[in-house]
Amino acid sequence: MLLIYCPYCEEERSELEFRGAGDAHIARPTNIADISDEEFEEFFFLRDNPKGLIFERWRHIHGCGRFFNAARDTVSDKFKLTYKAGLPKPDLDATTPAAPVETYEATESNAK
Amino acid sequence: MADLATRTLPLSGFHGGSASASVSPAAPASRLSLRAKPDAVASLSAALGVDLPTRPKTSASSGSRHALWLGPDEWLIIDETEADLLTAAVSSGVLHSGTDISHRNTALFVKGRGAEATLNSGCPQDLSLAVFPVGACSRTVFGKAEIVLMRTAEDAFRVECWRSFSPYVSGLLAEGAEDSGH
Repeated sequence: MLLIYCPYCEEERSELEFRGAGDAHIARPTNIADISDEEFEEFFFLRDNPKGLIFERWRHIHGCGRFFNAARDTVSDKFKLTYKAGLPKPDLDATTPAAPVETYEATESNAK
Repeated sequence: MADLATRTLPLSGFHGGSASASVSPAAPASRLSLRAKPDAVASLSAALGVDLPTRPKTSASSGSRHALWLGPDEWLIIDETEADLLTAAVSSGVLHSGTDISHRNTALFVKGRGAEATLNSGCPQDLSLAVFPVGACSRTVFGKAEIVLMRTAEDAFRVECWRSFSPYVSGLLAEGAEDSGH
C-alpha cells in the first residue's frame, strides 16, 4: 500500500484516504478577462505530463480535508516530498541527485 | 387524533459481533460539525465546556461531551446526552461555522480483544496502542465508507458513520468481528 505523508496530520497515511487534484503551482492570471483564448488554453488545459519529477496538489479528503502539495516521481510513483499548500516550490535538485530509475524498458524489454 | 412521528434509529435491531469483539449501535447523541480559526478556539472551548484539541489525531472529553480534532480548523463535537450544542457554540460570540449533524451520523461501539483486528478489516490505519492511543481520533475510511474513529479504551472504539452508510459499515464490522478471533 502506498503511504503518503500528510503535512497537516504529521504522519504517513494510506493512499486510500487521499485524492489527487492535478498539477501544483498553476498561477491563475490576474487579468483573466483580458487574456487571449490561446493564453487561456495554456493556463487552463495544457499540462506537461513529465516522465520523472512532478509537483502535484493532493487532498487528504478522508482525513483532515486539507489540500497540500507533493513532489512525486511519475515513473516509480515514489513521493519525494510533501509540503503545506501556499509554500513555494522546493528546489529538489539541490538536495537529491537524480537516481537512475529501473524501468521495465531499461531492465527487461528489448523494445527500444 | 394526531399522528406523531416516531423516531426510527438507523441501526435499530442490529446485533453482531463475536466472542472476541462485540459490535453494538450507540444511543442517539447530538453532534456538531464545527469550523473555526485559531483565534476563536479559546472562546469556543469555554462556551462548549470542552477544550478543543489543536494537535492532530487528538480528542478531549468532559463528561459525556467529546471534541474530536478532524483538521487544522475542523472539529466534531459529540454530546451523548443530546444537549443543544449549536446554541452553546453560538453563545461563544466569536466567528465560527457550526452545523448540526446529529441525525446525519450514527455510531457503533466495537469492544473486545479483537476490536483492533475488527476495524483493521476495513481501515488502513495503524491502530496499535503506540500509534493510536486511548483518546486518539481520526477521520478515515472503513471499506468504502468514510468514518470517524475514536479510541475510548484500550480495547474499545467508537465508530461514527453517516446514517445512510450504517447498514454497510455495521455489516462489514460484523464480518470483521467474526474474523478477528483467528
